[in-house]
This record gives sequence, structure tokens and C-alpha cells, in this order.
Amino acid sequence: MTSERIYEKLLPIIQTYLPEDVSKEAVNRESDLTRELNINSAHLVDIVLDVEDQFDIEFANEDMEQLRTLNDAIGIIMRKVGER
Amino acid sequence: MKKRVVITGLGIVAPNGVGVPQFTEAIKKGVSGIAFYPQLRALNFSCQIGGIPTISEEKKRDYFTELQLKNFNSSGILYGVIAGMDAMRDAGISPSEKNKAPLWDLGIVFGTGTSGVDKFREAIYKLDEGNVRRLGSTTVGQTMASGISAYLGGMIGAGNAVTTNSSACATGTEAILMGYERIASGQANQMLCGSTSDDGPYVWGGFDAMKVITYKHNDTPTEGSRPMSASASGFVPGSGAGALLLESLESAQERGATIYAEVLGGAINSGGQRGEGSMTAPNSEAVQKCIKEALVAAGIAASELDYINGHLTATIKDSVEIANWSEALDRRGTDFPYINSLKGMVGHCLAASGSVEAVSAVLQLQQGFVFPNVNCEDLHPEITQRIASERIPRQLIQTPLQTVAKASFGFGDVNACVIFRKI
Repeated sequence: MTSERIYEKLLPIIQTYLPEDVSKEAVNRESDLTRELNINSAHLVDIVLDVEDQFDIEFANEDMEQLRTLNDAIGIIMRKVGER
Repeated sequence: MKKRVVITGLGIVAPNGVGVPQFTEAIKKGVSGIAFYPQLRALNFSCQIGGIPTISEEKKRDYFTELQLKNFNSSGILYGVIAGMDAMRDAGISPSEKNKAPLWDLGIVFGTGTSGVDKFREAIYKLDEGNVRRLGSTTVGQTMASGISAYLGGMIGAGNAVTTNSSACATGTEAILMGYERIASGQANQMLCGSTSDDGPYVWGGFDAMKVITYKHNDTPTEGSRPMSASASGFVPGSGAGALLLESLESAQERGATIYAEVLGGAINSGGQRGEGSMTAPNSEAVQKCIKEALVAAGIAASELDYINGHLTATIKDSVEIANWSEALDRRGTDFPYINSLKGMVGHCLAASGSVEAVSAVLQLQQGFVFPNVNCEDLHPEITQRIASERIPRQLIQTPLQTVAKASFGFGDVNACVIFRKI
């Protein structure tokens, strides 16, 4: 799966968790999920669950620790999908 | 010197009406909110009827964001949030702005018996399959007892005490008194008080097993809840939430707020599960003591009470409750205050009952009416031996009320009684 294809599928998942005062257009590949997009850090686990369902993969605790930006997520997903 | 405390906002989510206007009309007309639920039959419940408020998906979105509704499965929090936020709006108090300071002088006491039972069930299934990691981030917030006060606290930006009390069926009435004390003692200006209860089989099952709910009206649901009736055969389980915004008199006057009534005070106690008291039965001495102490705390004589909003669940204990009121007030026959029970229309809303019924009491006080008791055309003879049947209206009565009492008695042998007065 290409990085572009993953981004297309990842974007709506991330947008679901945006606080009301952050616009959907503010999201890009470099966005830091909690610091820039102001996503409640508790919701990172929900994002991971949604990503797991979408891509049929499973995140390890170590993967969670590396997750800061959308690009981080894309990298993890590409690796997991490749291993599948 | 204690501060005077008044009610400036109401919110209600009841099986027979959501929102103050709809609920007021329903109680005046004696509209039942009890229905048959096929799910209860499928699960082999003896009692297959209950009271559940009707909330549309659209209405949910008036109070919750899409994100908040994602993986949301807690009916008690849904009802409590709607009632609580309605009471805030009714009182004309706006939540604090998102990036501003919290409302330091506004607190919350919002009780419940248990929170997010359906969410908890969902979590237990996942967990037992070895999938604890799939619980997500919202399981704790929805299943912790204080989930309801935490949800409301965040939506409002409350900065004073934000807590959840729990004393079974006395919860709602106790919450009002806890909030009252906080304002009377000068620790808060405004307190959102109330209680909520989840609906459904996982809350009601234990009561079905105890045989304290009726199995006789599965085909006649609206006749099932029969407080004070000779043919009462156990209560009908209900659910919902009630909320009252309490405020110091000075704060209400400064804001020019509409005042529904004054909270004169009240009492909370327990029979200690001694004597005739037990986990499930009240100690009558404690009940009478609670009522008498409420009068003392309110600074009124028993003769001043115009109306009682009873606990009166539709079990064999209703006549005992009437006897306790009669003894505590030393009033009987035609001298007894008007009395009614909302449970005939909505069932026993458990932890929500005290606040749902208190809202009905305040509305009657403010508007000067006594709603009709339903399903007690055959009053229990032990009740009519003590008090005149005309004091138990079966039709709507329009009459000015000045001073009223609301009491709730709960499992664990706990009691709460609050006195309201027109202002």
C-alpha cells in the first residue's frame, strides 16, 4: 500500500478526534497529533484502535511510543502491512 | 448565619416527559411512561415492563459532540447531562468559556446508583476474551461512579466541588441537601444538584430476582405501578434524571433570576439496619426521626406542611410509610397534608427517583397544583384508616401550596427529607 493511499484512509480517522476549535483543514502529514492538533492524549489509544480496524494490523506498546505525527503513523502502518 | 438557598433552574428527563414543559403537562394529566419491553421478556424477566425516557438521536446531538457520542453507551450519563444542562440553561447560567477560568463558585453534586452498566458489560466481554487493549479511552469515564458529575463538570466548567453521591433510592434527595449545605455554609454560590439512573435489564435484573417488582402487569403496563393501592404488587423499574440548580438567595437576586422556591433545609439519617431495619427494609423510628429533624432544620411546624411528595413505591410497605408520616407529623384524617406519588406514572427511577420527584414537587409548589395519583382507585385500607382518602387526590387539584416536603428512603436503611417553600 502506498504512503498516499494510507494517508487518505488515515486522515478521516484523525479528523474524528479533533477538538471543536481545530479545523479539519489544519491536518497534514507533519502535524503533531497532541501538540499541534490539540487532540486529547487519551484519544491516541482510540485512534490506534480505529487504525487497527481500518488496516487489519495490531500496534504494540512500543509502536504507540513512537507515534507523534501522521507521518509516524504512516511509517508504522506501512511496516505492519508489509509484515502481514 | 446560614445563607438562604433558592432553586433557580430545573431539568428533567422522565419516562413520561423530557423537559420541564412536557413533563409538567404529563404529570397534570396523569400520563404514564411505563411500557412493555420485549427484551425483558426475551431475557426471562418476571417483570417485563419499565420506564425509559424517549431521547431521539437528534436530541442527543444538542448536548453531545459527535466525538463524545463515539463509543458512548451509558444511558445514565445521557439522561443526567440533558437534565443538568437544561437546569443550567433554565437558570440562565452559561458554562465558562473554553480557555477561561472555571466557574469557581459553581459546584455539582450529581448522584447515581451505578454508572454505565451497558458500557461495563461491553468492556467485560472484551476483557474476558483477552482483549483488554480494545477497551479504548472512554470506558473509565463512563463506568466510574462519578462519570455523570465529571461529564457535567467538563461541559459547564464547574470550579467548585464536583462530586457524585450514592445512597440507593435516597440519592437524589440527598444530593439536593448536600448542595444546599454547601451554599448555606458559604462554600459555594451555585450548586447543580440531581441524580440519574441507567435503564435496562442489567440495572433491573437484581430487583427482578428479589421479587420486589411486579410480574402481574406485563399485558397492562400503564396499570402496573400502583402506589398506595390495595392491589399493589411490587414496584415497576424506571430510569431518567432530575436536576435542580440551587443558588444563594443573594446571588439569585443579584442576577435577577427567576426563583422557583426556597430550600428551607432538611435531614439525612439511617436506621442502622437495626430493629425492623435491614438492607431492604426501613427502620420506622429512623424514618420518623428524619422527617421530624427535617422540620426542625427548616424551622417549620408540622402543621405548616401543605403537601408531601412521598417515596411510595407500590409495594406492601406503602402503608408503613403513610403511618410514619402520620406519626412524625402527628396529623391524620382530613388534617393530613395532600400526598401523592409520582411512581404511579414513571415507576421507581431508583437513584434518579429523588431528584425526578423533587422536580415534580417544586413544579407543583410553584404553579399551585397537586398532580393526580394514578392506579390507586382501590386505596389500601390500612392507609385510609389513617388518612382521609380526599388527601390522596385521584384527580388534578388546583390549589395554592406554601410549604412542601419531599422524602426518599433507600436500600441500606437510609433516609432523606427536604422541605421547600414558595417565595
